[in-house]
Amino acid sequence: MRARSLPLFACAVAAGFPSPADDYVESALDLNELVMAHAEATFYVRVSGDSMRDASIWPGDILVVDRALSARHLDIVVALLDGAFTVKRLYQHRTGLSLVPANPAYAPIRVTETMQFQVWGVVTYCIHRVR
Amino acid sequence: MSEKLFALIDCNNFYVSCERVFHAAIQHTPTIVLSNNDGCVVARSAEAKRLGIRMGQPAFELESLIRQHHIQVFSSNYSLYADLSKRVMSVLDQFSPRKECYSIDEAWLDLTDLHDLHDLPIDDLTEFGRTIKATVLQCTGIPVSVGIASTKSLTKIANELVKRDPQYQGVLDLTALSERQLDALLVQVDIHDVWGIGPKYALFLENYGITTARALKYADEKWIRRYLTVTGARIVFELRGISCLPLELERPPKQAIMCAKTFGREITRYDEMREAISTYTARAAEKLREQESLTSRLTVFIRTNTFKKQQEQYNNAFTVEFEHPTAFTPDLVQGALGGLEAIYKEGYRYYKAGVSLTRITPPRMVQPDLFGEFSLLQHSRQARLMFIVDALNRIYGHDTLFFAVQGWERSWKMRQGKLSQHFTTRWDELLTI
Repeated sequence: MRARSLPLFACAVAAGFPSPADDYVESALDLNELVMAHAEATFYVRVSGDSMRDASIWPGDILVVDRALSARHLDIVVALLDGAFTVKRLYQHRTGLSLVPANPAYAPIRVTETMQFQVWGVVTYCIHRVR
Repeated sequence: MSEKLFALIDCNNFYVSCERVFHAAIQHTPTIVLSNNDGCVVARSAEAKRLGIRMGQPAFELESLIRQHHIQVFSSNYSLYADLSKRVMSVLDQFSPRKECYSIDEAWLDLTDLHDLHDLPIDDLTEFGRTIKATVLQCTGIPVSVGIASTKSLTKIANELVKRDPQYQGVLDLTALSERQLDALLVQVDIHDVWGIGPKYALFLENYGITTARALKYADEKWIRRYLTVTGARIVFELRGISCLPLELERPPKQAIMCAKTFGREITRYDEMREAISTYTARAAEKLREQESLTSRLTVFIRTNTFKKQQEQYNNAFTVEFEHPTAFTPDLVQGALGGLEAIYKEGYRYYKAGVSLTRITPPRMVQPDLFGEFSLLQHSRQARLMFIVDALNRIYGHDTLFFAVQGWERSWKMRQGKLSQHFTTRWDELLTI
């Protein structure tokens, strides 16, 4: 067995290069590590409207959405509302929930019992291209 | 023999559920997914089932029904389904370290010794099943059913019953039932619906008057030994609650050697971890040479005990690439320790660590250095290509490779435009809100 394995060593050595392994040991910074707390529950969505403009969320931006988080008061969420997706700030009142835009041109939406409403995920980061 | 405990997690109408995660408007609309090769129905929402649409039904038979009921039709979007499947499977890891991914939409968890795994008290298994269901739904958007029982065969039956009866709300724990209650359920399960009983075998059993799961469970001992195959006899025992079919845990990829262990006690010191990693690497290198192979890629990983929720958690892995394939222990150990240095963090209680060698090259494929680096590089590329092809075959199967090619030539009108976006695998196809 050992004799047979000799040529294998010969290959590696005969090439004449030192092992490069030690040049690779510094791990580069990984953006995923920064923005992804729960990889299996993290999704990206693209913004189309300007209803969240004053929260620095612009059309074309990519939102990092973490579904593993439970939405809390004032979280920006992606929600399913009556058969459409929307991104808004979630307000929790004593009497119920509202979806509040960050742009005075749009009106807040009070979630009523007749609406089909569900939080799809909590927005944790916004990727905005500056150039 | 100690009692076993399994949970089968089965995604409901999986392909349809995947589409619903990203299509807000079809949450309650009858929806079907078609196969790509022959235009048959491969998934149906509950609403579509109620309209009488059958599994495998050719789509052309459904044209008027589709118009009449505004049925949503999708072509199979396998990259989307594979991505969501991976996410579901990965969410399940937090509930048990022993998991068998049985298909794209089903997995077993071994819950035996559950109390040792979780430091939270788990007395009510139905409640535990509900937690699994709720967690998968929240994290991935995929609804699942959970069947809990002492054997894999019984978990299959539990899931079958869950799907039939909405009173279970998606979770059924058969271990909570008395023998009499269990038998009352087993009598409702047709012999054709028992896992592992093929159509021919079912007809054979019916000839002997065995028409339900309950009848098979109480089949005469002598008769079993005389007429049933080993597989058949195993199913009988499984229905009786005696576990004969252990989990088939994920094997490492064909071209990989793995050496990993859970520590006898948690490791908190760097020098101890270096020793452990060196030992595992040496063992892996030995295995490599036993099969007369070379490797050019080594991954080292370390992790804390994810089941001890109150402890600080950390797990990480680092992959070292070798320019030339090698089986030389000192080189491999040096690479592994370099990788460990890159990921090791002080202050954690490490529970498991290991080393895996991938991109293994059989030596016959590596020429002597007549052509020097060129030849070696080429062989390394070949090895990598095979690795990718293997991985693709393993994950998607031949049909999907075929489908990917066929995808560009789709011409049948029903299929055109029915493919949804690759929401999770292509930047230019993200869900837009």
